[in-house]
Amino acid sequence: MKTKNGRNVGFGQWLRTYEGQKLYVSILFLLIPLALLVLFTFVPAVNMVGYSFQERDQFGVDPKFVGFENYKTIFTNPDYFITFKNSLYYLAGSFVQQIVALLVASILCSKIRAKGFFKGVLFFPYLMNGVAVSIIFLRFFTKGNPPLTQEGTLNSVLALFGAEPVRWFDPANTFLVNCCLVFVSIWRYIGFDIIMYIGAIQSISPDLYEASNLDGANPFQQFRYIVFPSIKPIVSLQLILAVKGAISVFEIPYIITGGNYGSSTFVIKTIETAFKKKQVGLACAMAVVLLVIIIVVTLIQKYFFREGDDKPAKSTKKEAA
Amino acid sequence: MNSEAQKKPVYISQIVIKILSYAVLICGCLMVLIPIVVILLGAFKDSKEFANSGVFEMPKSFAFDNFKTAFFEGKVMRGLFNTFIIIVISCFGTILTGTMTAFIIQRFESKMTRLIKGAFLLATLLPNISMQVTVFQIISKMGLYNTMAAPIILYVGTDIISIYIFMQFLSQIPVSLDESGIMDGASYPRIYFSIILPNLKPAVATVLIIKFVSIYNDFYTPQLYMQDESLLVVSTVLYKYISSTKIQWEVVFSGIILCIIPTLLIFLFLQKYIYSGLVSGAVKE
Repeated sequence: MKTKNGRNVGFGQWLRTYEGQKLYVSILFLLIPLALLVLFTFVPAVNMVGYSFQERDQFGVDPKFVGFENYKTIFTNPDYFITFKNSLYYLAGSFVQQIVALLVASILCSKIRAKGFFKGVLFFPYLMNGVAVSIIFLRFFTKGNPPLTQEGTLNSVLALFGAEPVRWFDPANTFLVNCCLVFVSIWRYIGFDIIMYIGAIQSISPDLYEASNLDGANPFQQFRYIVFPSIKPIVSLQLILAVKGAISVFEIPYIITGGNYGSSTFVIKTIETAFKKKQVGLACAMAVVLLVIIIVVTLIQKYFFREGDDKPAKSTKKEAA
Repeated sequence: MNSEAQKKPVYISQIVIKILSYAVLICGCLMVLIPIVVILLGAFKDSKEFANSGVFEMPKSFAFDNFKTAFFEGKVMRGLFNTFIIIVISCFGTILTGTMTAFIIQRFESKMTRLIKGAFLLATLLPNISMQVTVFQIISKMGLYNTMAAPIILYVGTDIISIYIFMQFLSQIPVSLDESGIMDGASYPRIYFSIILPNLKPAVATVLIIKFVSIYNDFYTPQLYMQDESLLVVSTVLYKYISSTKIQWEVVFSGIILCIIPTLLIFLFLQKYIYSGLVSGAVKE
């Protein structure tokens, strides 16, 4: 064993040098995290790809190689393919969510009383347990299941304005069902976006506002020419992340409707296929499709939002040119 | 700023904008609060009253009978207890493995550690819930199905966000601090325990908050791995209520309120840290 300055020492002694320490501390500290990473992330990921080409039950008894059959099912069987269509609802919903969050955030950044209260109330749903949220909205939209005699919250509110009760979860009206679920999703997650946009808006230099005040700019002009340009990167990043979010929707529709009334999502279908229908091969193919979509979106995101350490060489070249 | 505003004439358009601003905020708050208030009112009604009164009607009395039923017979107590055990062990595990991993990757820069960092980065891409299709088989093979160890090991082992938060904070702790430790003859484990860990306290607080919220609210992991009646957690207790055929809504509602209370308390006391902590966690994602 050699140390940096080339002295020959015994192994025991070498371990006590800082080079030796680096080695054993690295092994000691990384052993468990790496073992867990491999065992619960990489092994399942590799299995997932492998199983996706097989017809296979839960216990892997007698698996059969079927090539791309599972993938063909996903893209040709309308029962599976329709779930992609459902994620479009959530995608549209997150556009609405971003716009509203931006509006609310800029209001909360202006001179307003009780800011902390408004911020807190609007953010709190984000912290709430998803099952609790889902049950709250089961009561919000329906009489409950099994049905109660009294109308749900939303219909009761509408009744105050003299409107007739609406059947929100109507199996014949998938559009309405999905819109309701998207509403719940916005209700739950918008607070987070508001907080993020507030942070972004507050990081804008106050000099800019003062200068625009002197020039007599109104709040809309301030938003259009000062706020929006400065937070544009975050807004576009959010919109790209919305694609990932829309395809990964699971919890709220799974609990509220169980994926019934045409409200199933891609992930719900994956889980059902694996654990109810016990078609693990097909479910793995679905998981791989989801993974590919996520990777593509991430690459797009990386390409458009290069962080400082990602591709510095390229950006400086562009500037030079 | 104030004196400036006073000097300037107040335009009608400014007043209109002010009014609209408050209108938007109040509407937003009503949308958040109305669904929750209905649950709170319902939680105090007895079953007959619940069936016969409208959702906005005040309960006749504010008795806590439903809450008692939900807490003891409805297993909310069990759920809260199990959830907290899982949270405590997982947080301990995450902080230990997360800081250690971050320490090695951040401080011992080499090809090897960069490769390991890349491996962790790659893992963030994998869709969590869909992955359970194959993770499930590994958990079963290890004999962890229907034990608390299953969610705990997944919460510790697949939590990469925390490692990033620790790395982020670690990069702001000057290396000269480590070097001064080396000058004093401290070994690397010693440097980790007496220099790095104490300096990572703010990061630990952030991770604790994120961990608490995500584990407390996680539904699918416990639902999939802990079917046993004695292993119910907050989410699965509530889910069990609505998946049964005979639902006692007033008890379900009190269960919901009981489960929201810990979140509400934490939010009220740690508001500032929650805003910054959750946002910093998400930006790293």
